[in-house]
Amino acid sequence: MSPTRTRADAPPLVVPPLGPVPRPKRLTAAERTLPSGLTVLAVRRRSVPMVELRLRIPFQGSAASHPARAELLADSLLSGTEHRDRTDIAATVQGLGGSLSTSVDADRLLIAGSALAARLPEMLGLLSEVLTGATYPGAEVARDRSRLIERLTMARSQAGTVAHEALATRLFGRHPYALDMPQPDAVASTTAAQVRRLHAARVLPRGATLILVGDIAPQRTLDRAEAALASWAGTANASAAPALPDIESGPLVLVDRPGSVQSAVRIGGPAVGRTHADAPPLSLANLVFGGYFSSRWVENIREDKGYTYSPRSAVEHHVLGSVFTAAADVATEVTAPALLETQYELGRIASLPVSDVEVDAVRQYAIGTLALSVATQSGLASTLSSLAGSGLGLDYLATQPGRLAAVTTDEVSAAAAAYLAPARLVTVIVGDAGQVSGPLAALGSLTTAAPAA
Amino acid sequence: MPSARLPELTHELVHHTLDNGLRVVIAPDRSVPVVAVAVLYDVGIRSEPEGRTGFAHLFEHLMFQGSATLGKMEHPKYVQSSGGVFNGSTHFDYTDYFEALPANALERGLFLEADRMASPRLTEENLANQIAVVKEEIRVNVMNRPYGGFPWLELPGVMFDTYPNAHNGYGSFVDLEHATIDDAAGFFRRYYAPANAVLGVGGDLDADQAIALVEAQFARVGRRTRPARPDFAEPWPTEERRATTDDRHAPMPAVAVGYRVPDPADLGLDFLATVLLAELLSEGDSARLQQRLVQRDGLVTDISVYIGEFGDPFDERDPSVLTLTAHYPVRESLPAILSAIDDELERIVTDGLRPGELDRVRTRYVASMFRDLDSVLNRTLTFAKFELLFGSAEIALELPDRLGAVTAEDVREAAAALTPHTRTVLELIPGSAE
Repeated sequence: MSPTRTRADAPPLVVPPLGPVPRPKRLTAAERTLPSGLTVLAVRRRSVPMVELRLRIPFQGSAASHPARAELLADSLLSGTEHRDRTDIAATVQGLGGSLSTSVDADRLLIAGSALAARLPEMLGLLSEVLTGATYPGAEVARDRSRLIERLTMARSQAGTVAHEALATRLFGRHPYALDMPQPDAVASTTAAQVRRLHAARVLPRGATLILVGDIAPQRTLDRAEAALASWAGTANASAAPALPDIESGPLVLVDRPGSVQSAVRIGGPAVGRTHADAPPLSLANLVFGGYFSSRWVENIREDKGYTYSPRSAVEHHVLGSVFTAAADVATEVTAPALLETQYELGRIASLPVSDVEVDAVRQYAIGTLALSVATQSGLASTLSSLAGSGLGLDYLATQPGRLAAVTTDEVSAAAAAYLAPARLVTVIVGDAGQVSGPLAALGSLTTAAPAA
Repeated sequence: MPSARLPELTHELVHHTLDNGLRVVIAPDRSVPVVAVAVLYDVGIRSEPEGRTGFAHLFEHLMFQGSATLGKMEHPKYVQSSGGVFNGSTHFDYTDYFEALPANALERGLFLEADRMASPRLTEENLANQIAVVKEEIRVNVMNRPYGGFPWLELPGVMFDTYPNAHNGYGSFVDLEHATIDDAAGFFRRYYAPANAVLGVGGDLDADQAIALVEAQFARVGRRTRPARPDFAEPWPTEERRATTDDRHAPMPAVAVGYRVPDPADLGLDFLATVLLAELLSEGDSARLQQRLVQRDGLVTDISVYIGEFGDPFDERDPSVLTLTAHYPVRESLPAILSAIDDELERIVTDGLRPGELDRVRTRYVASMFRDLDSVLNRTLTFAKFELLFGSAEIALELPDRLGAVTAEDVREAAAALTPHTRTVLELIPGSAE
């Protein structure tokens, strides 16, 4: 079978067994909620002489104008203060060996950065200056507004972005979770004054979380952060988005993208949050189905059929709810067969028991990759910032391996039946409707949405 | 004469060479209970045969399809059921395969790499399957994606004249479909000899124990001749080159400007100064071209400058390239964009650097190296890469010092080398997706 051979006299080889499971190293950490309502968590990890910073500020909004204002705020936050212009801010960050960036989604505004650990006090000072004194100069905001419109145009030319928005709309309807990427005309009519008002109303410490991870002394770092951010105060008006709507089953939604050589297949349905009893077995069921390379779905539509390069499923956690998603970009001519195999694998895992071997494999994968994901300063900081969105922290990280270890095979099968059943899921496909609508109609009803821009 | 104080980059490195010629770099670090295993083979896109564009990458896929002891899907399953992650990637001058694993899976990781170094399981069925998978990879990353593969797939074809440097590294569908099992077996025999590879092992381990495990696993791979590495040198361009490319999915024009850079393997001051120049031109809102083209003139939506086809200046040997890319809303503004770039380079040549400018650029660059090296996997890959491409893993640790020796005058000279009459301009023309 193989033209290359091992030497005939070689003894049969065995895959080496695993050694004893390594214990996670203990982390030195300290946490404090300041009088302003800001929670600061400092964690020592001395691997490199750096510090990572993540400031997560709750930023939900229900107004139609919110996404455009929030996005422009994020783009212009670092464009000026009373003392510095955009260039000065950037040059200062650079001189600290650092980086500082902003991003916003339907749940939070995130300021993420890093610096040489020895320069953390200056970084915190700059952060405070921006939080309490960003000026949003009119000319800067105007330029950021034009660039944002151009970037949105580029983003929406991506099939993946079109598919992401189509699935969000199918799952969440007109809820803000489906609208967080703003429309160009809404950006065009957003003013610097509106952005300044949003900053005054919402860029506030109560409920926010500052994560600092690196070559730092945690207690002293808390003192420094408290001193540096003492003047950042104020309480935001409660402005939560409404509860998520129930997801209604219905026909496959086909979004036409003429000339597309692939179809972006996106599937989604309701899931449960990190603290729900079903969450650990669901996370394992997701892995068995399509959440890692060694999964059933990847083996089927990639390694057996060659329909796609990177199919992957996931459980995504948001503040207001969690969703199961599955995504694959498949060649146009095999769109219907790929969907058929996908429905088969979903139906199979929802209807038939999973095996002990499969569950043991994904359990080790989940525990091992959790350890890998927090094995760097930046990975640990990002993970803690994301957990903060669910009100969780270091305790969760320490206890999650135990929860995964306790899951039984029956519980994984039950979670798959509850959350991965095709009847509970909705499907959108972005592709060349002229070529794929006929074959897809053979598998079930479909509706066609407006063509992609 | 750097005035900014920077922390040292220190790391224990242990070297070992097996009888079959495999070079090993061990980098112990016990701060997290994680290990990494990486094998880098000294063969990449530039070495694939004519008529077989994309073959180095296709072969990388075949290395995951089974090996001496293991059937299809077993390699991924052994890694992942151990709690680890894996991947491989194909570069211009090398191909890497790697795992990050919990520390208790070190021996298993070494076994998995040794088993496919001994013999990948090359079958017609797996070849046909992976040709299909690679075609989907190209569709998702290039054909169906605006700006997909721009400019790394097409700029080399305009800048360079010889097949190794100029061809499309992802490959044409025709060439991929013509690949045979014999091609794969020949490629493996020639380029995947242990003497043509570097094994990196890093993380929560004892160096002596790790060497014993490496010997136990890799000594069974027979010695084969290390292939002579061809000279891929090309003369420097003597006049500007221009070309256009169409992109039916792109909504806005884009441009890539390529300039030749000094041989990275020499690690000379001229090359290191060019590395810092690229940072000074485009990294962050205080960079020269951000200020001029984005903030002052409002000509472009974004601009970036990088060295090496994949954005890592220390990822390939000569010939290598400094690339500038920009997206912009109005196609007619290209002449103004090019002239603003020339103007800013000329300003550096004429006026030199501003006070403190070099120090802060260098500080950030070195700090970003620390940050990258925080990951056991990145560290292991980096040490192995420097061993393979530049002859010594220790050079990775010396880079802060070497960059520290770069003066403002060196950066000024580096800017003077980026002249309009030696550059290549590739303009991307957006098409309507109708």
